[in-house]
Amino acid sequence: MNFDFSDEQKQMRDAARKFLTEKCPPKAVREVLDGKAPYDKELWKGLAEMGFLGVAIPEQFGGAGAGHLELCVIAEEMGRANAPVPFSSTVYLAAEALLLAGSDAQKQKWLPKIASGEAIGTLALFEGKGNPSPEAIKLQASGDTLNGVKRPVPDAAIAHFAVVAARTGSTGRDSDISLFLVDLKAGGVEAKPLTNIDPTRGQAELTFTKARAEPLGAAGEGWSILTQVLDRAAVLLAFEQVGGSDRALEMGRDYALDRIAFGRPIGSFQAVKHMLADMYVSATLARSNCYYGAWALSTNASELPEAAAAARISATQAFQHCSKNNIQVHGGMGFTWEFDCHMYYRRANASALTLGSLSYWEDQLIDRMRKKNAA
Amino acid sequence: MNFDDTPQEAAFRAEARAWISGNAPKQYEEELRKSSLGRTVLKGANILEVAKAWQKKKADAGWACLHWPKEYGGRGASPIERVIWQQEEGPFGKLSGMFIIGHGMCGPTMMAYAGEEQKRNYLPPLASGEKIWCQLFSEPAGGSDVAGLRTRAEKKGDDWIINGQKIWTSGAHYSDYGILLTRTDPNVPKHKGLTMFFLDMKSPGVEVRPIKQASGQSDFNEVYFTDVKIPDSQRLGAVNDGWNVSLTTLMNERMSIGAGVATGFPELFEFCNSLMLEDGPAIEDRSVRSKLANYAVKASGLRYTSMRAISALSKGERPGPENSIGKLVAGSMVQEVAMYALDLQGAAGVLSGPEDAEIAGKFQAMLLRAPGTRVEGGTDEIMRNIIAERVLGLPGDIRVDKDVPFNQIPTKGRA
Repeated sequence: MNFDFSDEQKQMRDAARKFLTEKCPPKAVREVLDGKAPYDKELWKGLAEMGFLGVAIPEQFGGAGAGHLELCVIAEEMGRANAPVPFSSTVYLAAEALLLAGSDAQKQKWLPKIASGEAIGTLALFEGKGNPSPEAIKLQASGDTLNGVKRPVPDAAIAHFAVVAARTGSTGRDSDISLFLVDLKAGGVEAKPLTNIDPTRGQAELTFTKARAEPLGAAGEGWSILTQVLDRAAVLLAFEQVGGSDRALEMGRDYALDRIAFGRPIGSFQAVKHMLADMYVSATLARSNCYYGAWALSTNASELPEAAAAARISATQAFQHCSKNNIQVHGGMGFTWEFDCHMYYRRANASALTLGSLSYWEDQLIDRMRKKNAA
Repeated sequence: MNFDDTPQEAAFRAEARAWISGNAPKQYEEELRKSSLGRTVLKGANILEVAKAWQKKKADAGWACLHWPKEYGGRGASPIERVIWQQEEGPFGKLSGMFIIGHGMCGPTMMAYAGEEQKRNYLPPLASGEKIWCQLFSEPAGGSDVAGLRTRAEKKGDDWIINGQKIWTSGAHYSDYGILLTRTDPNVPKHKGLTMFFLDMKSPGVEVRPIKQASGQSDFNEVYFTDVKIPDSQRLGAVNDGWNVSLTTLMNERMSIGAGVATGFPELFEFCNSLMLEDGPAIEDRSVRSKLANYAVKASGLRYTSMRAISALSKGERPGPENSIGKLVAGSMVQEVAMYALDLQGAAGVLSGPEDAEIAGKFQAMLLRAPGTRVEGGTDEIMRNIIAERVLGLPGDIRVDKDVPFNQIPTKGRA
C-alpha cells in the first residue's frame, strides 16, 4: 500500500512552500486585504513562472503536464500561505471545466494563457442565495447570447473569461442546463465588485446583456459537467483548507509556547493544550479524507463523488475549527486587525461557502453513499 | 498513490489467506462478524476454549505473534506483514482479544528485561495462547497517575513480599501470569521508588474479584495481594527502576494499526437506511442526513489515517503520530452515535431487551459500554495531553509532586 504522495510530489510541495514563504508573506496578503490591490499580480506572475498554474494542464496546452496529485500539494501550500490570488477560480474551476468539456480549439485558446498567467478564469454558477441546483439557474441562453445576472462569482472583477451555467430548456430536467464560455472583455458583460468577508479573494456580480457566448460541452450536458467540476474543485479546495488548518494550528501552538500568563506559558494549561489537541485531530481527519479525495481525483475513480464530498466536509470543518480556535488561543490580540489570525478565519469561512454550503455537501455525501450502497 | 500491495506483500497475503481459509474455525465466522462492538460472545461455545484452540493452531503453523522473534514463538515478520495478517484474519481476529495484553504489553516487557532462560520458558506458551498474561498497573489511587500506585513490595531474603490492591485488570480471572508494578521505596519521589516483577497468578495470597461495571457486565477485576511471595529472580529491571520498565510496556500499548477502531458508524448508517420516521424514511430526513454525514467523515478520516500509517510501515518507515487520534475520536463517537440511534426511536429507544430493541439492542449496549472506552487505556484527557505534548511539543503539566517524597504527597482532597 502506498497511500501517500511520492517523494517527487513532496519535493514539489517543499518548493511551493519555499516560494510562497518568500513571495507571499502575511505582509503581501495584507496589501490585498487592505484594498490596495485587487490581487497580488507579482505573485500571480511568479506562480506562472514556477509552473504552478499549469501543473495539471497537459503539455500540449502549455502546461507542465504533471497531474492532479501535484496540483493537490500546491493547493495545500496556497491555503497555508493564504495566497491572495485567483488560484481556485482559475485553476480548480475554469481550467477543470475546460479540461473536462472544452473543444480542442477552446482548450488551445485558454489553457496556455492560464498556465502562463495571462488569463484569469472563473465559474459563474450562483444567482443569489442558495446552493448548486439546476432549478436555481435562471440565466437564459438564446442562441449564442446570454441574458441575466450571476452573483456571487469568485474573482469575476479581475477575470478575463468565465464558464457560465445557463438555462437552455424548460422541461424541468437536468438537461435544461448548458455551459458556455464567455470572454468577459468582449462586451455585453458588466462586472461589479461585491464586498465580502474575505477581501483576499474577490467576489463580484456579473450582468450579462446579450453577451456573446460559445457552448462548452454538448447542449444539455451542463449540469452533468458542472457536477464533475464541483467534485474536482471540492478536492482541490479541500487541500487549501487543510493547508490553512495546519497553519492556523501552528500559529496557535507557537503563540501558546511564547505567551506567558499566570507565570507560565499558556500552552502548559490543559484548557489550552486540549483545545490545540482537538485542532490537531480535526486537521488530521481532514488531511486523511483529502488524501482519499486526491487518490480518487488522480485516478478518475468511480469513488470520486463520495470522496470529494467527504474531503470537502471534513476540510471545511477543520479549517473553521482551527481558525476560530487559533483566535481563541491568542485571546484579545487574536481579535486585532494587526494579528494575522483573522485572515485565516476569513478565508476559512469564505472557503466553506464558495462551492456550496456545508449542509449542501452533507446532503450530497449521503446521497452518494446511498447510491454506492444500492449499486 | 495507490492501495496496491507490493509483490512481496501480495505473496504474503496470498499465503496468509490460503492458510486462514483452510484452518480457521469457520463455524463461528458469522457470529464473530456480527459482534462488532463490545465483548465477543459465542452462543453454545466457550469463547476462551475456542480462542485458545485457534491461537494454538496458529502458533503450531507459525502464524502467532507475527512480530516476535521465532525463538520466542513468533514469526519474525515485518510490521506490514503483521498488518496484512490482521486484515486477512478479519473476524477471527476477535478471538485474540484475551491475548492482546499478553502479546502486546507483557511479552515485549519480558523480552526487554527478563533473562534468556526465562524468555525461552515463558514466551512461547504466551505466544501460543496456552498461557494467558495480564498487566497489574492501575490501582484505586493510581489511574491516569499510574506512578501514584501504593502496592508495596518489601525485600525478605531472596524474596519480595507483596501487599496491596490492583484494579481494572483485564482478564485476571483467567490469567496464568501477570506483570506487576509495585512501590519499593516510599521515601523518594513517586517515579523513583517503583519496581517491576512478573508473577504466577496462582501464587498464594493472590485474590481476584470481578468488578461489576456500570454497564452491568464484568470484564475487569480487582486483584488483592496479601503477603504474596515473589522470588527476586522474577524482578524485571533494577530495583526502583520500575517506571522506566513500565514505559517499555506502555509504549507497546499502541492501537493495533490495521485492525481498525469501532466507531458505530456502519451500524448507524445501516439502521438509518431502514428506519421509518413519522414523515418518511429517516435517510431522507435533512437533519438525519446532516448528522450521518458528520459521523461519516469522522469514520472515513480514521480509516484513511490508518491507511497512511500502514503505508509508512509498507515503506519501512515508522508511522507518524497521526494514529494517536484513533481512540480519542472513536471513543466519544461511539457514545454519540449510540445516543443518536436511540433518539431516533423516541420513547421506544429506552427498551434494551433483544426482543424489543432495534438490531437486538446493539445501540443500547454501545451506549452503556461507551463511557468505559473513553477511560480505559488512557482517558480522553490523557490522550489529549499526549497529542499536545508529544505531537505539538507543548510543555508538560507542572507537577507539584515531582520532587516530593512519595509518603509526603497528600492523599485526600477535601479534609
